Amino acid sequence: MTSGTEKALEGTGRFLDDRLRAAKSVNTFLRKIFPDHWSFLLGEIALYTFIILLLTGTFLTLFFQPSMSEVVYHGAYTPLRGVRMSEAYASTLNISFDVRGGLLMRQIHHWAALLFMAAIFVHMLRIFFTGAYRKPREFNWLIGIVLLTLGLLEGLFGYSLPDDLLSGTGLRITQGVLQSIPIVGTYGSYFLFGGPFPGHDIIPRLYIIHVLLIPALLLALISAHLFLMFHQKHTQMPGKGRTDRNVVGAPTYPYFMAKTGAFFFFIFAVLALLSTFAQINPIWLFGPYNPSGITAGSQPDFYMGALEGALRIMPAWEWNVFGHTFAFNVFIPALVPLGVLFTGAALWPFIERWATGDHREHHVNDRPRNAPTRTAIGMAAVTFWGVLWLEGANDVIAHQLQIPLYTLTWIARVGIFVGPAIAYWVTKRICLGLQRKDAHLLEHGVETGIIRQLPDGGYVEDTRPVDEDLRAVLEWNRVGAPELTAGPAAKDEVPARGARGPLGRLRATADRVITESIPVEGDGHGNGYGNGHGAAAAVTAGEQGATPAERDQGGPDGGDTGH
Amino acid sequence: MSETHGGGQIPPGDGAEDPQEMRAPRRVIGTPPPARSRTLLQAEPDTDGEVERWLPAEPSGPPQQAKHAERLVSALFVLSALASIGFIAAYVGLEVGPLASVQRSNLALGVSMSVAFGALAVGAVIWVRFLMPSVELTEERKPLASSPEVRAEFKKTFDEGAEASGFVKRKMVRRTLIAATIPLAVAPIVLLRDMGPLPGTSLRHTVWRKGMRMLVYGPNTPLRPADFAIPGQMITVVPDGYQDNLDVLAKATTIIIKFAPGQLVPNRPGQEGTIMNWTVDNIVAYSKICTHVGCPVALYEQTTHHILCPCHQSTFDATRGAKVIFGPAARPLPQLPIGVDAEGFLVAESDYHEPVGPSFWERG
Repeated sequence: MTSGTEKALEGTGRFLDDRLRAAKSVNTFLRKIFPDHWSFLLGEIALYTFIILLLTGTFLTLFFQPSMSEVVYHGAYTPLRGVRMSEAYASTLNISFDVRGGLLMRQIHHWAALLFMAAIFVHMLRIFFTGAYRKPREFNWLIGIVLLTLGLLEGLFGYSLPDDLLSGTGLRITQGVLQSIPIVGTYGSYFLFGGPFPGHDIIPRLYIIHVLLIPALLLALISAHLFLMFHQKHTQMPGKGRTDRNVVGAPTYPYFMAKTGAFFFFIFAVLALLSTFAQINPIWLFGPYNPSGITAGSQPDFYMGALEGALRIMPAWEWNVFGHTFAFNVFIPALVPLGVLFTGAALWPFIERWATGDHREHHVNDRPRNAPTRTAIGMAAVTFWGVLWLEGANDVIAHQLQIPLYTLTWIARVGIFVGPAIAYWVTKRICLGLQRKDAHLLEHGVETGIIRQLPDGGYVEDTRPVDEDLRAVLEWNRVGAPELTAGPAAKDEVPARGARGPLGRLRATADRVITESIPVEGDGHGNGYGNGHGAAAAVTAGEQGATPAERDQGGPDGGDTGH
Repeated sequence: MSETHGGGQIPPGDGAEDPQEMRAPRRVIGTPPPARSRTLLQAEPDTDGEVERWLPAEPSGPPQQAKHAERLVSALFVLSALASIGFIAAYVGLEVGPLASVQRSNLALGVSMSVAFGALAVGAVIWVRFLMPSVELTEERKPLASSPEVRAEFKKTFDEGAEASGFVKRKMVRRTLIAATIPLAVAPIVLLRDMGPLPGTSLRHTVWRKGMRMLVYGPNTPLRPADFAIPGQMITVVPDGYQDNLDVLAKATTIIIKFAPGQLVPNRPGQEGTIMNWTVDNIVAYSKICTHVGCPVALYEQTTHHILCPCHQSTFDATRGAKVIFGPAARPLPQLPIGVDAEGFLVAESDYHEPVGPSFWERG
């Protein structure tokens, strides 16, 4: 660095610090350690797509007219010339055909919205499956759920704005659902739409919610989300030297800054590429909205698919009693499935903490296999969501796969209950199986592929202990983990205080289910160093007719079945 | 960043400019910890002539590799700059308007933008990986909970403030303040009242009246029963005079289907069917607005006489008064009484006899 530059920087630094006293805190920030793992990038995708949404969205507001006044189109797109349409639709056509770069910005905005929601979903799953929501991060988990909900609404309102036939159909469904809600539904619909559907108010109202209200809330909550992440320091994956008392990684400056900057550019590049070559929401093909018209195969954006599927899957239940209509066929699928998922997700950290009595701080993530019940519950929820999501496209699937439509709906009606149960069971077995594999590795070491002949003629395969890095990963929370003292686990004849009464028994059962795992016999028999001291484990296995050589090595399965 | 860089580096800790914290660092950054490095070096680092380093200055790989990476990164950054200039050129040079021009413009702008960002991204990644020394540092975590002393101090502040404010002691002030907030919270809700009119009975009626002609949706022409060339056709009709009123169409849009004689199943006690008095010449009229959530039921299968809603696949039997045979809709599509006027055009005989469209609380 030349002395001139250095002087200028020093001068600037002095100027700022004289006024802000920021040297210390900025220094702390620059030296902050960020742990590294590919899955930590998922939240960054959500953050950066949000920034891209703000940038492209601001551009679109310069040209979009959120008005339902009728105009006759005279723009560049010839097939629609002379057609009556709302100003909203006409201005969206103008953005697409008459504004340079308008189509690209529209497409980036839409692709970014899809990626935003996808990133939030996957980020949330990562947090769940690795247990990163545990104390002290429950607040950030809850903020995340609110962010997801707001994201769903923001997306729905956003793609409703162009007032084309597809988005108008989506609004019609939204209105029909709102109208079905007991007691307040009709009024809610008339107030939101300014009278009967479609009216002339809904687009300007959705517009201000879409460009101001929800983005402001998102921005505030994202700031809180990031502040908490920063303040509490990021979690890390298990590994050598990583504990609940430290953070291992590279400092913000220059490493994290450069990497995260690169990642932002990369996401922007991918979105630009998608928007160049993959057409999205070609509203000019759909025509202006008209409540008499519709196209077959109408689909919402993917994140709304589960709600759409819930509406499709529901049997036609409706009550008419005391002069009032209970449209169970509409408001139950609209409120219950996502309500159960989101409420369940919000409560889960507290349920888990209550059941296990785990009040410790956690900063090293779990490997999903090491929390089999949590992982299984997560997969059950994913399956539940997935069945609804697929059912939301049942007409397209039926058409593509030539399956009768009604058969598909019936499969989904059964699958919504059976699927999650199967997913739970299978996931749990897979997790426990993987735990067995890990335990085997720790106890018997890695097979080297070297076969030795023993003096007595038998053959053995040499094993070597797992290396330190892998050992640290495998042993995390499995070997030498501190015992929980606040849980309901009853070790004596007399149940512990937390395990008495019906609630206590429920708690004890929940604790047993949640903490179920395959024990690892740490440094006991089969110590993983491949030095023949694993014989103790092999005795029982060997007694069932194993050769002495197998007995000596503990046999391939001796570690699991033998003790 | 898997490679550990350490080997005798002395981490200064984050309070480097604060000598007090230096002596008893609260947070130790870097590997290995200071105690160990001191013993290894056999020297007092604080007094050592050499300057301590937080990060190594040179990349870990061989110098030629770094040189190569430097050239590559620079080339990528130049490429990015060129692409951005290309973006501006494409904006200035390429007009939009006709579809082909829009496509050309979109391609040029999109590709140049992708390259501009992509080259920056790749360049920065290569920079980090090959031009920056790889490090793995450890930062200690302090427990999040404040110390008991700090908590006690906070409690003291809080209690003293509460006492000084009189919030606890002066019950009347406290209670009236709480009482004041309740109407204050209700007031803004009242303000929302004028967002829309009250529904009243408007959901129960459409504009169809006796003698109102049915116009074919689209061309907006009236039609005669004889205009149906063959049975099995479904036509969407709208009320004459309201063909461009979307609020009206959202409720009043109707489908008419012509059947061969004897195909319609009449409505009798114990048998759901079509009200034959409301048909003309085996033409039956149903509301097009689905009774589920209001999509137009636009699909009709001639061979099975099924009307299908494309949104959620509610299926109605057109021969039997549009009764529901599958899907989430709970009620049949309401049937509209139709007839012909003096000129032989199809007209409504009255409004619908029940509310059309999705269910609502007051429907009953």
